[in-house]
Amino acid sequence: MKLRGKGIVKGKAEGTALVSRKPLSFLGGVDPETGIITDVESDIRGESVAGKILVFPRGKGSTVGSYVLYALAKNGKAPKAIIVEEAETIVTVGAIIAGIPLVAGIDVSKLRSGMRLRVDGESGEVEVVD
Amino acid sequence: MYLTKEEELALAGEYGYAVQKAMEILVALGDVYGADRLIPIKSAQIAGVSYKNIGEAGIEFLRDFVEAGAKVSVYTTLNPAGIGDEEFMDRQAEIIKLYRRMGVDVTATCTPYYGANLPKFGDHLAWSESSAVSFANSIIGARTNREGGPSSLAAAIVGKTPNYGLHINENRKATVVVEVETELKSFLDYSLLGYHLGKTLESDVPYFRNLKPERLDQLKELGASMAATGSIALYHVEGETPEWKTAIRDKVERIQVGREELEDIRERFDTEWREIDAILIGCPHASLMEIKEVAELLKMRGKPLRIPLFITTSRAVKALADALGYTEVIERYNGRLLTDVCLVVSPIRDWYSGIATNSGKAAFYFSSFGLKVRLDDMEKLMMEAP
Repeated sequence: MKLRGKGIVKGKAEGTALVSRKPLSFLGGVDPETGIITDVESDIRGESVAGKILVFPRGKGSTVGSYVLYALAKNGKAPKAIIVEEAETIVTVGAIIAGIPLVAGIDVSKLRSGMRLRVDGESGEVEVVD
Repeated sequence: MYLTKEEELALAGEYGYAVQKAMEILVALGDVYGADRLIPIKSAQIAGVSYKNIGEAGIEFLRDFVEAGAKVSVYTTLNPAGIGDEEFMDRQAEIIKLYRRMGVDVTATCTPYYGANLPKFGDHLAWSESSAVSFANSIIGARTNREGGPSSLAAAIVGKTPNYGLHINENRKATVVVEVETELKSFLDYSLLGYHLGKTLESDVPYFRNLKPERLDQLKELGASMAATGSIALYHVEGETPEWKTAIRDKVERIQVGREELEDIRERFDTEWREIDAILIGCPHASLMEIKEVAELLKMRGKPLRIPLFITTSRAVKALADALGYTEVIERYNGRLLTDVCLVVSPIRDWYSGIATNSGKAAFYFSSFGLKVRLDDMEKLMMEAP
């Protein structure tokens, strides 16, 4: 299966999907040291974003969340790529400063945790690899 | 998005890593929000200053940016900092130093327009700090989106911002008419109205009818409260704000707000005095008029407050308050003027359990941190506080 969205931050990645059905807050929602999701409202709380293809509908919360993505990258705990339905400022800016490929405009209900995904942050293509 | 040759070079890294990263941020936001090009800005106001908010992650980012040679290219001012224990203040000083090294004027206030950074009508800006954004757009008629800290910094470095959102005429039209069916008298009433509408409306552009503000500060507070409880960045007031004549389209939804809605908000914040251990005036930072009013009320009160009174303000305004003798009066009654800082971005939960304020914005944030809050008139606060 191939999905086509909009490439926002360049770069290619392949890895295992970690999918949240809910908007995600990075500030106070993800531990920058470990990559573990601590957002109490999150349906993937306790999971680690490190090395995953992180999939969620959109960012929420403080714009300072962008810096948390940067810290994750510096600590080697960043996701390999991010896929969202709607790119807003927090995640977009965070992905750029952290150098994480970002694709927006994807219907995330088609993706499930554990799927193997190939992401192209330039063309905006997301491929489910069996 | 169309880029000039010069902008293409910047994006390719020709002017160094910092400019390149800043350009990447602007271009990506431009793509996300459908901007056609970048436009020059007159000034920037940067949020993301308090150590409580940006933490070590923010410091690392700023340090890497500074070491890559990042410098602002337009006039840039800074949001207020936090206050805390010794370790906190060390980290806070580090953040301020990093901004200074980028050429930012460390005015550290949420009301730069009461001093160093006063835009004029029609200026394009890249401001963060939601209350300052609301003031610049609504009261001055300058144009800025609600930037986040890093995007306003990127715009300050490049000197440009993507042309979308409130930079475009069409998006500055009213989306809802608010008929105010009760007479608003005090600063508090404007706080309550703003608090209520921020909760009720979405990212609307409200147009107010029957609003007759007596003072600029009342409008400042209306905008600040709406921007805190909601995401409103621009409003118009019939007969008052600079763009009201061109703000209305043919078909606009109308809503009514009466005394009942305002009372509902006030009742949420009617904590008794015995549970309050400090008073805050100055969210957003107090103007000279507000400080003067505090001094006059304290003189009428005639005896010092038993609980501390904090008035947060900018250095520019404090200098005037000092010169005019208001500071001395306020200190005599157990009040203090604090500059460069904001209690909303400080670990205040460690020090107090109940705060009284006249600001809807402060009431919203303090209660979200788990503090008890009394939201009341400045006059009542000064006269009735223990």
